[in-house]
Amino acid sequence: MTMRIDLPEETLAGVLAKAFGNRSFLIGLAITLLVVVVALISFVWTPYDVTRLVIADKTQAPSWAHWFGTDHFGRDILSMIMVGARNSIAVALVAVGIGMGLGVPLGAFAAARGGVVDQALMRVNDLVFAFPALLSAIMITAIFGPGAVNAIIAIGIFNIPVFARVARAGALAIWPREFILAARAAGKGMTRIAVEHILPNIATLLLVQGTIQFALGILAEAGLSYVGLGAQPPMPSWGRMLFDAQTRMVTAPWMAIFPGMAIVVTVLGLNLLGDGIADILDPKSRRRR
Amino acid sequence: MTAYLLKRLTIAALTLVLASMVVFAVMEILPGDPARLMLGLNASADQVEVLRNQMGLNAPLLLRYLHWVAGLLSLDFGRSYTYSVPVIDLVRERIAVSLPLALIALALSTIIAIPVGVFSASRQGRAGDTLAMGAAQLGVAVPNFWFALMLIYLFAVWLRLVPAGGFPGWSAGIWTALKSLILPAVALALPQAAILARVARSALIEVLNEDYIRTARAKGLPYRAVLWRHALRNAMIPVLTILGLQFAFLLAGTIIIENVFYLPGLGRLIFQAITQRDLIVVESIVMLLVAAVILINLLVDFSYAIVDPRLRGRQ
Repeated sequence: MTMRIDLPEETLAGVLAKAFGNRSFLIGLAITLLVVVVALISFVWTPYDVTRLVIADKTQAPSWAHWFGTDHFGRDILSMIMVGARNSIAVALVAVGIGMGLGVPLGAFAAARGGVVDQALMRVNDLVFAFPALLSAIMITAIFGPGAVNAIIAIGIFNIPVFARVARAGALAIWPREFILAARAAGKGMTRIAVEHILPNIATLLLVQGTIQFALGILAEAGLSYVGLGAQPPMPSWGRMLFDAQTRMVTAPWMAIFPGMAIVVTVLGLNLLGDGIADILDPKSRRRR
Repeated sequence: MTAYLLKRLTIAALTLVLASMVVFAVMEILPGDPARLMLGLNASADQVEVLRNQMGLNAPLLLRYLHWVAGLLSLDFGRSYTYSVPVIDLVRERIAVSLPLALIALALSTIIAIPVGVFSASRQGRAGDTLAMGAAQLGVAVPNFWFALMLIYLFAVWLRLVPAGGFPGWSAGIWTALKSLILPAVALALPQAAILARVARSALIEVLNEDYIRTARAKGLPYRAVLWRHALRNAMIPVLTILGLQFAFLLAGTIIIENVFYLPGLGRLIFQAITQRDLIVVESIVMLLVAAVILINLLVDFSYAIVDPRLRGRQ
């Protein structure tokens, strides 16, 4: 499980050639792009208006008019999934941003300083890890009330120690290298070395972890909105759609099946993409194959 | 080894104290007066003041924190505002559902994941491995509560093999009670098993490339013995780490899954408490779950020492 970091000694063309030969990467990229495009299209067009309730069309089975059927308010499930994709992507993306933005500097700082600073930061990390995202979401909701923003904060907070650990482990492996010594000898300060030399060398690790946390964020967001702690109606969200489907499983199973599949496909795509990137850029996996 | 165990113990204790401060602080800044909540809107300001004094709400912050911690340590969590019974009674009742559920799920996920991981690692790159890891890749992507809904549809609605939800209580007989925990446990376990199987596989593959494995094979040990005795043991450290982390996810997952199956566990209790603003219950359950996560991680640290003899010898 230990990841060794080697300097990228290959050309961009070489990386691209490998990318196009990597099945995981290609499938993952295709799925991820599809979801993003669908979310973008939903801003300008959806098959039906998701804010209009058409009671006459309620809980209709999938048909040519409604590919994925309709819900208990007669809303088109496909349209709701399209709009829900926005919410999932936005929440997970911002949560990854919070985790990276705060976690990476913290981890890099801990690795650079070592000693007491490192110990203290790692203890804070342990502390945050003791609160599963759902628990912090519950506490945050208890204070501010439910909402998409609070879901972002809860998932984001949980991402901070994850990125801090990855950045710290990666940076610790780079600091003793000769080219860092050379940079120090050239009179570069700690911060400059961290930004110019450490960061580019741990970027791969961060990118891979980023896609994993993105996928986990989508799962976490769905869980939170399923229990009512995420996006609030009428804003469609995949988790909320599953909550609405639960009591109607017998009469309208499509209400549960399609939003769930949207989550599975999206998360699968991101995970494949992450695996693919790791394969392409991690020199160790090259040796293994 | 003692030094190692002591260090881990100190860290766990420190984390626990910090966590308790966080939980206490969060509950302190919450709006709303518990005394006012208990007495209702018609109570006079004097009555509220009397109850506030009785409940110790007017004491200085530090004193209240210490009092709360002392209560936690002696399992006295205070009284629920809405149920007017000691919180510990509510919790004890609900833990009898949540804890068995989490443990069954953990056991199930381990029992599934380790053999799959071993299978895949020993057939690396072949069809069996590709198939198993494809399934694992899919399993990782499935949200447990959606999987739960699908299980309900298949086994409860269609095949009518198990109840779709609810819990008859342990007094209804162990088998009857267990039957209503089967689907929730499977729903929790399978996505976790997928993650664990992937970790077990990659840890094993790493170990199988080591020189001492070749030595063991060279001295004539059968492949099976090398795989299960030498390789698996050495691959246990990453597996244990993930197992520890998974327990935290399982506990959190239990909270959601209980809502899918209408199980009267801690998860249901915490959501009821949130809607009723019964904050002392929320506070107690959060603290309890956080303590459980810290304890499990401590146990994982301890088990490293058992699995890895190098840690045992270290001073």
